[in-house]
Amino acid sequence: MLIAVISGFIFALVIPMIMGKLKGKSTIWVALLPFSIFGFFLSKLPILLAGDTIKASYQWVPSIGINLDFHLDGLSFLFVLLISGIGTLVFVYTSSYLKGHQYLDRFYAYLSMFMASMLGLVLSDNIYALFIFWELTSISSFFLIGFNNDNPDSRKSAITALAITGFGGLFLMAAMVGLGQITGTSQISALIPLTDSIQSHELYGWVLVFLFIAAFTKSAQFPFHFWLPGAMKAPTPVSTYLHSATMVKAGIYLLARFTPVLGNHEWWNSTLIIVGAITMTYAAIHALFRLDLKGILAYSTISALGILVFLIGLGTKDALLAAAVFILVHALYKATLFLVTGIIDHETGTRDIRQLGGLNKVMLPVGIAAILAAISNAGIPPSFGFVGKDLIYEATLGMGDIAWLLTGLAIITNAALLFAGFLAGIKPFVGKLPEKYQKLHLPSPAMYLPPMLLGILGILFGLAPGLIEGGIIKPVVQSITGGTPDFQLKLWHGFNLILALSAITIGSGIALYFLLKPSEGLLAKVTRFEKISPHTIINKIADAFVGLSRIWTKFFQNGYLRFYLITILSFLCILLAYRFFSGVELYLDTSKLSDVTFYEAVVVVIMATAIFFTVFSNSRLTAVASLGVVGYSFCMIFLFYSAPDLAMTQFSIDTLTVILFVLVLYNLPRYLVLPDNNDKIRDGLLALVFGGLISVLTLEVMNESVTKEISEYYAKNAYILGKGKNVVNVILVDFRGFDTIVEITVLAIAAIGVFGLLKLHLKSTEKE
Amino acid sequence: MKTIIFKTASAYLLPLLLLFSIFILLRGHYLPGGGFVGGLMASIAFVIHSFANGIDKTKNIMTFHPGFLMPVGLLLALVSGALPLFFGDTFMTGLWMENAVPVIGKVGSALFFDTGVYLVVIGVTLTIIFTISEGL
Repeated sequence: MLIAVISGFIFALVIPMIMGKLKGKSTIWVALLPFSIFGFFLSKLPILLAGDTIKASYQWVPSIGINLDFHLDGLSFLFVLLISGIGTLVFVYTSSYLKGHQYLDRFYAYLSMFMASMLGLVLSDNIYALFIFWELTSISSFFLIGFNNDNPDSRKSAITALAITGFGGLFLMAAMVGLGQITGTSQISALIPLTDSIQSHELYGWVLVFLFIAAFTKSAQFPFHFWLPGAMKAPTPVSTYLHSATMVKAGIYLLARFTPVLGNHEWWNSTLIIVGAITMTYAAIHALFRLDLKGILAYSTISALGILVFLIGLGTKDALLAAAVFILVHALYKATLFLVTGIIDHETGTRDIRQLGGLNKVMLPVGIAAILAAISNAGIPPSFGFVGKDLIYEATLGMGDIAWLLTGLAIITNAALLFAGFLAGIKPFVGKLPEKYQKLHLPSPAMYLPPMLLGILGILFGLAPGLIEGGIIKPVVQSITGGTPDFQLKLWHGFNLILALSAITIGSGIALYFLLKPSEGLLAKVTRFEKISPHTIINKIADAFVGLSRIWTKFFQNGYLRFYLITILSFLCILLAYRFFSGVELYLDTSKLSDVTFYEAVVVVIMATAIFFTVFSNSRLTAVASLGVVGYSFCMIFLFYSAPDLAMTQFSIDTLTVILFVLVLYNLPRYLVLPDNNDKIRDGLLALVFGGLISVLTLEVMNESVTKEISEYYAKNAYILGKGKNVVNVILVDFRGFDTIVEITVLAIAAIGVFGLLKLHLKSTEKE
Repeated sequence: MKTIIFKTASAYLLPLLLLFSIFILLRGHYLPGGGFVGGLMASIAFVIHSFANGIDKTKNIMTFHPGFLMPVGLLLALVSGALPLFFGDTFMTGLWMENAVPVIGKVGSALFFDTGVYLVVIGVTLTIIFTISEGL
């Protein structure tokens, strides 16, 4: 199973290397990867049919519970098949859609990276691994959404999507860490028996809030929904794959996965019902007014995701069954509609619903696929969508007091969704064919066969729900509810209330389709509310944040070195002074001081003279040279007190510092403006205070009863373990060698920085 | 500062100082010294030479840009740290030869690590100094 997950990442690494050599050739073979993954998982079907699950575990960081535990149960199985199955079709579709694109190799690399992360996400049985794969999906989707990176809109959408989903990702980490803290285990399957202790724990509420934020951001729930329509800037295969079938369902997956652990609690149910209900109706109504095909699909996707959250929130067996079926129904018809939209866009160059019509005459197979999907979307019998919608109504009707409210909302949503589906799936293909599209011809089979296949499946599963009942739907329900499922999927339930509700939905949806003609005016009416939409509000917050950081940066990073020094030193002074005022004990034992020798007195005199020169000199060079003298005098003191290592290093450093200073200063003009007395007094005061505080600090450190364990350990073991007699050096190259590696890396980076800054600067002046 | 005395002296100082810096590097494990100080001394040697003869001449002696020493040194340090991995030990475990080498003493992975530090320090210092003196 590990290979199935990892292969996508490896493939992503390899593909840019090999594909460059195959420029211009057909790239359809790339789809073999998702196809073989699909086959691999499909071969596990008998095991799931028998009601079993498969586990595989690979150790990673066992000491903190991070392991690659994979668990293939019903829920994972459904998602894995969706990811690899639709993945295969998307790979095939892309080979024709982006044929000859300059960066096709990159696109495939991102796509397979994304697929692998998704597979890892739905197979993970470890909460930390789940989080890592979750983040990987966000990152790879960032590259996919921003694939047209020369388009500023595209870049902005990618960043918005990354910001929102990345924000959610952090909360997911918090939720997972919280769960780990409560239970002490990191295995999801091991959490299920602990449900009671988790739900009665005081952290439960926090875990719930964090998990919800993660799921809502990923699955585009209100008020985080706006990144999804923006993400439609991506090439259509991406929209199909990420934004209908897989990534946006990751939030749904998360909720479903944790239903047996965290669910069946008042907070869980009511939050999900409310958020789901708002999202589904809000987005469904929004979808009515869009003119762009992808916009319509984006909003109807958000609405469908709302339905799923809503169903999981209801939490009854019926509702969870409905959710399981609806995930599949939606993936099938929405992927079809997206793929069809891609074809329309590719062939006609527009996605404006008002300009499209009659395309059936030029691309019949595409039309058939689209109409099949629209039927399934509408829930017209005998489609699979009909089965799904029946189950939804069954679930809402079983809710007691609020049954009618919930059912009413579901009907409104479904009617609007039907309208959206018809608009995207039927409208472009019926009616009169505009003049300019007369000469269009059918795209290659690689483009129209994938949607066709999905469209047919949407009807086939409706006619014969038995095909997927035992292998897919039952195991899913089993893994969400924990109990043994006892239902049978049926297309025809006889004449009853649910059928009547279905008829009302279909009737009102079709009526809407004939009454409501999409137009600029209607769109304008909706966009008027844009001012108070979450999108605008969050954008404003982001803008304000940028503005604040600009002011902040300008204040502190004003480009004057002396100002930086003053800021840093005063800040340190304030910190130190605060620390000292809260009480210190100084170490001052005059009896232990050694006598002042002649050499020391000489060195101190030299030092004092040098300092005098540094401060009062009128030339920079003199100042720097005298500063060097101060440094050398320090070295002498180190030598007197038997620290030859320090002295040696200090000597070299001081020499180089002076050289550097001289090199820089030699080229500067003489002091143009000498600092006036006020400045001098200010700087002098600051220097005195800082120096004084540091001396006090040193005296205080002497007083601390340092635990000598560490230094004693080093001293003792330097020769035994490190085979060296120079303890300092052994620490540097052996005991703390890892630090040293990082330090020299930092040094190298600094040097590259200096080199880059100066050389680049030179070039730009040369140009002028 | 291109006086004849300084110029002549620098020609002898460069090899002497370089030798001294290597001496400092090698004895580091037992006596005061080590890669860092050694690297600084070697850089000073080159800097003195460049002061006396001009940077171009120094660069000619070096034949390649000192910046290349940085990746080489980093690589050396990293490899000497990673070497124990192949012997089943953890990263950065010290490996030592059985017998001492004459003059140098016992040779171990720590020495190569220190040599890496030495090279990086030379690379960094000279890159910065050369860049600044050329750039201004």
